[in-house]
Amino acid sequence: MNTQGNTYTFIYSIVLVVVVAAILAFVSLSLKPYQDENIRNEKRQNILSSARIESTAENSEKLFNETIKKQYILNYKGEVIGEDAFNVDIPTEGKKFQSAVKSDAKLAEALKTGTPLSTIESAALAAIKFPVFEAEINGEVKYILPMYGAGLWGPLWGYISLNADKNTVYGTLFDHKGETPGLGAEITTSKFENNFRGKTLFENGKLESIKVKKGGNATGMHEVDAISGGTITSNGVQTMLDNYFKCYEQFLKQQQ
Amino acid sequence: MENLLNIFVRSIFIDNMIFAYFLGMCSYLAVSKTVKTSFGLGIAVVFVLLITVPVNYLLDNYVLKAGALTWLLGEEAASIDLSFLSFIMFIAVIAAIVQLVEMIVEKFAPALYNQLGIFLPLIAVNCAIMGASLFMQERGYTNVGEATAFGLGSGIGWMLAIVGIAAIREKLKYSNIPAPLRGVGITFIVTGLMAISFMSFLGINL
Amino acid sequence: MSDKALFSAKNLQLLLGPLSKNNPVLVQILGICSALAVTAKLQPAIVMALSVTAVTAFSNVILSLLRNTIPNRIRIIVQLVVVAALVIIVDQVLKAFVYDISKQLSVFVGLIITNCIIMGRIEAFALANKPWPSLLDGIGNGLGYGLVLVTVAFFRELLGSGTLFGFNILNYDCVKAFGYQNNGLMILAPMALILIGLVIWFHRSRNKDLIEGK
Repeated sequence: MNTQGNTYTFIYSIVLVVVVAAILAFVSLSLKPYQDENIRNEKRQNILSSARIESTAENSEKLFNETIKKQYILNYKGEVIGEDAFNVDIPTEGKKFQSAVKSDAKLAEALKTGTPLSTIESAALAAIKFPVFEAEINGEVKYILPMYGAGLWGPLWGYISLNADKNTVYGTLFDHKGETPGLGAEITTSKFENNFRGKTLFENGKLESIKVKKGGNATGMHEVDAISGGTITSNGVQTMLDNYFKCYEQFLKQQQ
Repeated sequence: MENLLNIFVRSIFIDNMIFAYFLGMCSYLAVSKTVKTSFGLGIAVVFVLLITVPVNYLLDNYVLKAGALTWLLGEEAASIDLSFLSFIMFIAVIAAIVQLVEMIVEKFAPALYNQLGIFLPLIAVNCAIMGASLFMQERGYTNVGEATAFGLGSGIGWMLAIVGIAAIREKLKYSNIPAPLRGVGITFIVTGLMAISFMSFLGINL
Repeated sequence: MSDKALFSAKNLQLLLGPLSKNNPVLVQILGICSALAVTAKLQPAIVMALSVTAVTAFSNVILSLLRNTIPNRIRIIVQLVVVAALVIIVDQVLKAFVYDISKQLSVFVGLIITNCIIMGRIEAFALANKPWPSLLDGIGNGLGYGLVLVTVAFFRELLGSGTLFGFNILNYDCVKAFGYQNNGLMILAPMALILIGLVIWFHRSRNKDLIEGK
C-alpha cells in the first residue's frame, strides 16, 4: 500500500485524531470524579486549617462534617440567600466582586471612604454570594469567612475564622498563586498567620478591619505586622480584608 | 499599561525562562558556542513566542476552558470543559505556527530566512515555547495584551541568556578548565552562577 | 533475528546503557529543560522520573508498532500527537491520585511533551526497531534520566532542607551543635544547574572517553 499518497495521509490523520480524542475523553471522564474529590478535599482542609484544625486529605471529609455544623450563603446586606456554601466557587465570586468594584463607581467610592455598604444599592454587588461556615470547636461557635483578592503577580485568597463574638480572630489561612518566594509568598507561613490570632475587627461598634502594618511594630488590637519586602502583597491582603469585612459587615453586626 | 510593563520586565529578569525555570536548555546548550548563531536563535525564539503565546491564550479562553464555548454555543455550553486537551492543542498550535512562520519568512524575507532558517524547525520542540504557553495558562493572565507582554518578555529573557552564555563560552575557550568539566559541564556551572546573579532582581517590586 | 531471547546481552545493553555510558542527560545532553525545576525535593523528582519513564516507554512502543504505517510527511506531527496524548493521560492520573505532587509539578508535567529525550528516542530508535527493544530502550532512557534527577534532588533536599522524602535527617540539635546549617541556596534554582555540572564532572572523570576536546 502506498503510505505516502495524499488520500492515505489524510485518512491516517483523521483516524489518528479520532482515536486519540476518544481515548483522552474517556480517560478524562473516568478520572474526573477523583480529581474533583481532591479539589474538594483541599478546600475542606483549607477551611479546617483556618479554624486551627489540621487534617489530611483522607480524614478531611469526616472532620469537616463533624466540625462544620451549619453553612449558608449571604448577600452583602447580610441576608441569607442560600444553603450550599461549600459549593460556591470562591475564585468565581471573587472575580465577580473585582469587576463589580471596577464597573460600579458608587461601590468603589463606598469601599474607599468606609461608608457602610448596606446604605448603597448595587445590582452588581447583590449578585455576589458570600459564604459562611459555622464550625463548632470545643463547644464554641466559630464563623469562617472566605476571601479573595489580588496580590502582586496573581490572585490571593484565604479563610478567616472568628470567635462567637464575631469580632475576635480565631485563625486564618492565606494562599496565593504566584507571589515572590521568600517575600510575598511568606503570607502562607504560620509566622504571618499567627499574627492575626486574637486581633479584633470592631472598635466601639465601628468596623476597623485589620490593618497590615509596615515596620514590624504592630501592637494595636487591629494591627498585624506586614511581610518585610512584600509591600504589594501585604497591600493586597489589606485590600482583601477591608473589602470582605465590609461585605460581611451586616452579618458581623447581627448578634444572636 | 503599568501592569503590562510589570509583566514584561518581570518575565525578562525575574521569571527568566533559563535562569529560573531551566526551559529551552537543550538548544541553549547546543547552540551557544558562538554569539552570532545564538543571537539568530534568540531572535527566532522571541518571534515565535510573541505569536504563539497570544494565540494559545485565545485558544485557551475561547475554546478550551470550562465554559469557554458559551460565546459560540450559548449558555448550555457552560458545562463543557475541554481543558484536558490543552497540552495537545498547544503543541499543535506551536508546530503549525512554527511551520507557518518558516514559510512566511522564506517567502517575504529571504535574508532573514537564511539566518533563522536552520533554527526554526528546532523551535517546535523547544521547551521554552511550550513552557511559556503553559505558564500563561497557569498564571491566568486576564487579557490578550498581558499574554503578549509575557510572551515577548520571556522571549527577550531567553535571548539575553543565550547571548550572554555564548559570549562567556567564547572566552572560556582560552581558559584552563579541568578536562572532565570542559564543554557542557562548565556551561552548566556558569549558567548556575549567572542565575544566582539574576536572582538579585528578585527584590525588585515594580 | 539473533536477539530472540527477551533479555539477550544486546537487549540488556539497551536497558542498562542509558544508565551510565550513554546517559541521555549527562552524555547526550537531552531533556534537561523540564527536569531541574522539580528537583528541590526527592518526592516530586521521583514522580517526575517515573512519569517520564512511562511516557518514553509507551511512546517508543506505540510508535514502533506504527512505524511502517506513518506517512513520512506528517511523521513529526504523529509523534507529537502520540506523546502529547500520553502526557495528558499521565497528567490526569497524577491529578487524580497524587494531587499534592501534581500541584508541585505544575506545568512541568506538560513540558514532558517537549522533553527532547522522548522525541529523540522515537526518531533515533523506535522508528527503526521492533516494539520489544523499543520498550527496553524507552525504559532505559527514562531511568537514566530519572537517575540524574534523583541524584540532584537527593543532594538538594539533604543539604538544603536537611530532610529526605520530608523525613528529618539533619535537623537535630546535636548536629546543629557543630555549627551545621541547612544551606538555603541549595533549594534555589541555580544550584540545580551547578550540581548537574558537578555530576557531569564526576561522571566524565570516571569515563575518560567522554571528555570533550578543546
